[in-house]
Amino acid sequence: MTEKKPVFEKARMVPYPSQAIIPERDLNKTPILECSHLGIDFGGLRAVDDFNLTIGRTEIAGLIGPNGAGKTTVFNLLTKVYQPTRGTILLDGMDTAGKTTAQINHMGIARTFQNIRLFSNMTVMENILVGLHSEMSYNALTSVLRLPAFFRSERIARQRAMELLSIFGMEDTAEAVAGSLPYGAQRRLEILRALATNPSLLLLDEPAAGMNPSETAELMENIVKIRDTFNIAVMLIEHDMNLVMGICEGICVLNFGQVIAKGTAEEIQSNPTVIEAYLGKQQ
Amino acid sequence: MKNLKKATKVDFATYLGVTVSFVIMYILQTGGHLSSSIAGQLVPICCFIVMAVSLNLVVGISGELSLGHAGFMSVGAFGGIIAAQSLAGAVPFAPLRLTIAIVVGALCAVIIGFVVGVPVLRLRGDYLAIVTLAFGQIIKDLINCLLVGYDSHGLHIMFNISGLKSINDLHLEETGKAIIKGAQGAVGITKISSFPAGFILVMLALVIVLNLIRSRSGRAIMAIRDNRIAAESVGLNITKYKLMAFVLSAAMAGAAGALYGLNYGSLVASRFDFNTSILVLVYVVLGGLGNIWGSIIATVVLYMLPEALRQFSNYRMLVYAIVLILVMLATNNDQLKALLRRIIPTRKEADAQ
Ligand SMILES: Nc1ncnc2c1ncn2[C@@H]1O[C@H](COP(=O)(O)OP(=O)(O)O)[C@@H](O)[C@H]1O
Ligand SMILES: [Mg+2]
Repeated sequence: MTEKKPVFEKARMVPYPSQAIIPERDLNKTPILECSHLGIDFGGLRAVDDFNLTIGRTEIAGLIGPNGAGKTTVFNLLTKVYQPTRGTILLDGMDTAGKTTAQINHMGIARTFQNIRLFSNMTVMENILVGLHSEMSYNALTSVLRLPAFFRSERIARQRAMELLSIFGMEDTAEAVAGSLPYGAQRRLEILRALATNPSLLLLDEPAAGMNPSETAELMENIVKIRDTFNIAVMLIEHDMNLVMGICEGICVLNFGQVIAKGTAEEIQSNPTVIEAYLGKQQ
Repeated sequence: MKNLKKATKVDFATYLGVTVSFVIMYILQTGGHLSSSIAGQLVPICCFIVMAVSLNLVVGISGELSLGHAGFMSVGAFGGIIAAQSLAGAVPFAPLRLTIAIVVGALCAVIIGFVVGVPVLRLRGDYLAIVTLAFGQIIKDLINCLLVGYDSHGLHIMFNISGLKSINDLHLEETGKAIIKGAQGAVGITKISSFPAGFILVMLALVIVLNLIRSRSGRAIMAIRDNRIAAESVGLNITKYKLMAFVLSAAMAGAAGALYGLNYGSLVASRFDFNTSILVLVYVVLGGLGNIWGSIIATVVLYMLPEALRQFSNYRMLVYAIVLILVMLATNNDQLKALLRRIIPTRKEADAQ
């Protein structure tokens, strides 16, 4: 099977105020995410320190680094699963200090998890409907009384859920129990559940983990498709360098909780510090 | 959509089963074909079905362990008794008075449900079990201190914390009557509960719980149970939905308590002790966590059983244990379910795949 490797069109990355770079097309809009001097300690361990990052409105950004570098911790800081010890996070220009995980989601960040976290006893459809929770507006009393608003809202939500499932061609698994899906399908479902919350920034933690090369190739296309359809920013953590170098416009490299390099795929691949700390170790 | 239909079918079968059982038992009861011991159990069984269904909302659907469900039944029972007894003159029509008493019982339990639930359910971790355990004990002791009477001046309520006071300290008028006499409990209750009222309460509890489960709020409650972190990440307010399940469950237990209390001439608070909470929990666990019709079957079978087993005298506990195991297998065990499915093939199973 000699498939031609798809080439994804990337934006030219341009300097934004000072040290950061964002895609040229996002230059006139407030960046979706601006972290400055973000950090957290676990006991004596500086898991993340002085983390600065700016992501454009429609950028696909990559966060890479060896195992234990602090990548997942960054996601947990952004979504307030952990409260940062230091630093600020601006989401669409708004400070997220003091917000809870749920409020962060309402502000526009949705995520997936490195260790899949589905509602595994519920069906695929129900998982997405939970994602659509905030989009539906009827209350508990309306559902107990089965008022017309209940049926209307449920019908619309189920239609929307089917549309989302069609992104990955998963319509016929709608009634399967989520926990019984194959691994790759569970990862895709997690992405759809996150998308259902109507985010402006989608965080993907190792979305290609456990996928075979053809599934990964399909995933790459779909991530770009999702960005283009929903006009959102995507930030992903991934060990598959084909995926990262293939679709990520800005890439940030983390090692021992510190940012050791930032730049485009070309810049990162030729950065000696990165090669030594990260790519070098693997060979 | 298929799943919705399947769920709707199961719900429909549950409503139908309950209604048919009620009609049969009601005809037998009014025709005088039931032994007095069975007839006397009809109302309590309805109360305990409501208790099991409501506890299943907390333990099965919301995934929190509550060990004090009988405490809410107690609050509802004594609240309902006070309401019914003091309204005896004002509302002579018994069914209306019973309805008011049930609503009052439910409201009392809702208030206590908030008092217990708000501080506990905001915490992460399994604190609910220990707090509800303590609550069940405390509420019993509090009611044992309660002196309540009624006369033309209205309700007289006194807390006999020192243990030195008696019902005479309420200084009721000649025509007044004592409602709750401390550790002696509620006395001189006019029995106004009825089997049809029990049936209506069961149906109401079923409509509330089943319709809630198959809705946005119910899905949120189950999502939080399945994965709290993921639920937060999609924007769910954890405390709100845990509290919703808990307080709603308390309300139903309070309503069941009021119906239960007004089924007897007198009632002591120790009737709703830890053992009663555990008994209801046993019904829920054996009927299957999250399985509403399972709770109903388990309650009916296990509530009737000790009575029905009288004739086995010495072997009574042995047979009871065997039936417990059988109920558990029938409602909870996937392999047995698969076996039953092969023996009795159903169309429902075929199109679910
Ligand atoms: N809750 C926690 N408590 C203590 N240490 C933690 C916690 N979460 C992560 N760490 C530590 O922080 C470091 C970074 O972890 P992580 O962000 O998961 O790395 P990765 O880059 O592989 O995703 C690791 O050394 C990990 O052990
Ligand atoms: Mg990680």
